[in-house]
Amino acid sequence: MSEAAAHVMPQSQTDQVAVQMVGVHKWYGEFHVLKDINLSVDAGERIVICGPSGSGKSTLIRCINRLEEHQRGQIVVDGVELTNDVRKIDSVRREVGMVFQHFNLFPHLTVLENCTLAPIWVKKTPKVEAEEIAMTYLARVKIPEQATKFPGQLSGGQQQRVAIARSLCMNPKIMLFDEPTSALDPEMISEVLDVMVGLAESGMTMLCVTHEMGFARKVANRVIFMDGGEIIEQNNPEEFFNNPQSDRTKLFLSQILHN
Amino acid sequence: MTDATQTHAPGTHPDLPPPLGNRGAIKWMRENLFSSPTNTVLTLLGIYLIYLAIPPFLDWFILNAVFDAGSRAECWERASGACWSVVIVRFDQLVYGFYPVELRWRVDLSAVLLAVALVPILFDKAPYRRGWFVFSLIYPVIAFFLLWGGLGLEPVESAKFGGIMLTVLIGVTGIVASLPLGIVLALGRRSELLVLKVISICFIEFIRGVPLITLLFVASTLLNYFLPPGTYFDLLLRVLIMVTLFSAAYIAEVVRGGLQAIPRGQFEAAMAMGLSYWKMMGLVVLPQALKISIPGIVNTFIGLYKDTTLVVIIGLLDPLGLSQSILADSKWQGLSTELYIFIAIFFFISCFSMSRYSIYLENKLHTGHKR
Amino acid sequence: MSAIEYQAPSFKLEDLWTDRRWRAIFVQILALAGLFAFLAYIVNNTINNLQTLGIETGYGFLNDPSSYDISQTLIDYDSRSTHGRATIVGILNTGLIALCGIITATLLGFTVGVLRLSGNWLISRMMYCYVEFTRNVPLLLQILLWYALVVHSLPRPKNALEPLSGIFLSNRGLVLPGPEFGSGSWIIFIALAVAVAGAIAFRRYAKRIQETTGKIYPVISISLSIIVVLPLLAYFAAGQPVSLNWPALSGFNFKGGLTLRPEFLALWFALTIYTASFISEIVRAGIQSVSHGQTEASYALGIRPNWTMRLVILPQALRVILPPLISQYLNLTKNSSLAIAVGYMDIVATIGGISLNQTGRALESMSIVLAIYLTFSLSISMVMNWYNKRVALVER
Ligand SMILES: Nc1ncnc2c1ncn2[C@@H]1O[C@H](COP(=O)(O)OP(=O)(O)O)[C@@H](O)[C@H]1O
Ligand SMILES: [Mg+2]
Repeated sequence: MSEAAAHVMPQSQTDQVAVQMVGVHKWYGEFHVLKDINLSVDAGERIVICGPSGSGKSTLIRCINRLEEHQRGQIVVDGVELTNDVRKIDSVRREVGMVFQHFNLFPHLTVLENCTLAPIWVKKTPKVEAEEIAMTYLARVKIPEQATKFPGQLSGGQQQRVAIARSLCMNPKIMLFDEPTSALDPEMISEVLDVMVGLAESGMTMLCVTHEMGFARKVANRVIFMDGGEIIEQNNPEEFFNNPQSDRTKLFLSQILHN
Repeated sequence: MTDATQTHAPGTHPDLPPPLGNRGAIKWMRENLFSSPTNTVLTLLGIYLIYLAIPPFLDWFILNAVFDAGSRAECWERASGACWSVVIVRFDQLVYGFYPVELRWRVDLSAVLLAVALVPILFDKAPYRRGWFVFSLIYPVIAFFLLWGGLGLEPVESAKFGGIMLTVLIGVTGIVASLPLGIVLALGRRSELLVLKVISICFIEFIRGVPLITLLFVASTLLNYFLPPGTYFDLLLRVLIMVTLFSAAYIAEVVRGGLQAIPRGQFEAAMAMGLSYWKMMGLVVLPQALKISIPGIVNTFIGLYKDTTLVVIIGLLDPLGLSQSILADSKWQGLSTELYIFIAIFFFISCFSMSRYSIYLENKLHTGHKR
Repeated sequence: MSAIEYQAPSFKLEDLWTDRRWRAIFVQILALAGLFAFLAYIVNNTINNLQTLGIETGYGFLNDPSSYDISQTLIDYDSRSTHGRATIVGILNTGLIALCGIITATLLGFTVGVLRLSGNWLISRMMYCYVEFTRNVPLLLQILLWYALVVHSLPRPKNALEPLSGIFLSNRGLVLPGPEFGSGSWIIFIALAVAVAGAIAFRRYAKRIQETTGKIYPVISISLSIIVVLPLLAYFAAGQPVSLNWPALSGFNFKGGLTLRPEFLALWFALTIYTASFISEIVRAGIQSVSHGQTEASYALGIRPNWTMRLVILPQALRVILPPLISQYLNLTKNSSLAIAVGYMDIVATIGGISLNQTGRALESMSIVLAIYLTFSLSISMVMNWYNKRVALVER
């Protein structure tokens, strides 16, 4: 693998490398869910991860901000190795934003408060300033007028855009997306994807678990195919879609493209 | 990082067992007992508490207990633990109260029949459930004649009732009678007819606003005033009525919660099908609402069952009342702890099984909903 | 055509059952009539009964001397005081036990609820056992059990247990050193009031600072220290005017100090332990009702676990917890009426018990007891309804 050289001294490469995973294994109880994951993501790179359900995609990206703990191997995020050290976890989580399938907005706070919560309590930003930042991001996801509403009053697509804005308010270097559009009604998918495309164009490092192949072709530098807890194949979108190497990839692609 | 380089071709990596320390008992203890300094302290504290409490309790409860003494004095002479003799010697009384000894088979029989009658209600897989159900419906009549006598059986007055039998009698009667009344009250509270609604609300809120003990006092002191002069009204019957009314008000609130959880669409669909109010309620709404309310209803029943102990305060001889009379016997004076713990164990077993049953039902209903 | 017929409905007897509107009116009139008939019957019977028995009615007896003693009173009372005053003593005693019980049950209940959710298997199992054992045994039994333990198992005052020096536990109850306020004590109370005001002001100030500069003060610990330190300073500045009145054994009992009598102890203990097990289940369900996704989203934003609890989980959980919690408080208050079983003199035991038996005024006494409980319960549930509606509106 091309990362073979990189893993020897991962720390020295922090300028370019955003995420570095070397020989990562993870178990849920006895179940071996991630097997020998080696992955290096450069700053500014856009990665799309796909694969059948249960193949470990979510687990993989949740390891990057330590929502899940890995048992073997090494994960270095933005120059910080993830261990049990709470301070390191904190600093990684500050640099990494995450968008969930089910939005996970805080229902007891308004849209604006959702966006300012972390800046105020984590970054200790003055409230006025935090609100200004929040409003710029809400404008960027095209819902500034909903700022005073509660999440329950918004549509799914709007909620997901708020969730994206909420992550951006922490000014992250890396954004993780876990199937951000798969809980949405079809007519709302594009409004969320548009926001994500805009984000990609601004140069954000992104790891997206998604089955939106149009999105992958448009913005991804690399598409990664996972199955059974392993990375089976990775390639640039052109090659990946037109010339898949492994049989499993071919089967998977034929299944999702025919639906 | 021994195998940091890819050792297997993509897609061929075998499933490995988790690394040592991530497996088996050690891992389990690390995760569940010693996962952080706070947790370690808590665990040690817990072990210390158990060490403090359990051995002396076991000592008292079993190891140093006396089971076959004739009096408290003898007990205390022989060992330092509990004197269970009082429970053993007076066991029959604690169960039957002062029910005539030679007629106690009637109590036993009604208990057995109660168990039989409960089966089709509790378990929907019981065979011949329909026919069996008919028996459950006529059981109250059978039990009435068995316990009070009549139809050729020697009559027994209810002042002789007592002990666990009384507890079960009040509990079961209250449960059986309060459910329909509670449902009616809940429907009344949700009714569009203002008068019915107001009456139901007033009744429910009044009952729920005062302690049961005051209602029992009303039953024992005031009911005589409310009835025509000279009417004699059995104290047990008064208590049964009050307990039923009391628990019905609580059931009504539980059922109302269930009714509120039924979506409007269900009412509308039923009305669109041309069902009358009672058919809509009976066939469509209530079955669903009651299903949702089952845990709440069972909790109310558990509450009612525990509340039967309050009758001792107005002079009925439930197990608590009997233990006071046993304690008045100079032979057994001072053994209140033993008697109370015996009664506590009885209640714990009954109430705990009821709550387990409710959890069993809840789980069953949940899987039913998932489809 | 039908419209014309509809405008002039000719009433037929069968309409009472077949026409919806007529039926509604008919049923309601029937219900009202039934209700009034029932009430009239009862009132009539009552009047008849009272007349035949020759009992006079009225609340005048409340002004008569009660001629019984009450062992624990919050206000001055002796056997020459009136039944009315006995009632007030009873109300205050109910209030006292309810307040004490609510405070301790809340503390214990929240602790147990949180511990049950802890990842510590042993602790969560122990809490489970505690909850199941206490809530499946009748409260009355528990009260009697605790009472028996205090009265029969604890030593006499002469050999009283002394877990901390100056605190005695015996079969006469728990005796604590009581405060004795000398002249100049008022300074301490003023200092306390000032401290509370200061703490509130500091909270406001800290909030403003946070909004403008982002700096976060540890508001809770600072407010607490203000509230503790200021009265302490005042205490020393005023020349230590408060002294502790240490209990001492004299003869067969303790003199001085603050005595919590066995019946109060047993009732307090039992109410706390019983209600806390219900509260812990409410707390547990409330916290569990907040989905795990909320925690994860908060963590992913970099918010630390303890702040996640405070900013994300608790505010959501509290909305679920509060209504059933309040109803547990009501239950505790109503359950405190079991006081009568151990002779603690609450409302039921005073006016509904001894006064009733002495004067024979059952109707009047019971109506007073019922009215007091009803007023209390209904006002609390009105406040709760208002709160629920408001939350429902805000959140939607
Ligand atoms: N908390 C968990 N405990 C045990 N097994 C889990 C847990 N989370 C996920 N799994 C299992 O791990 C596998 C991978 O899950 P996931 O990463 O969510 O897959 P994907 O996102 O690719 O659909 C699945 O088989 C799932 O059942
Ligand atoms: Mg997934």
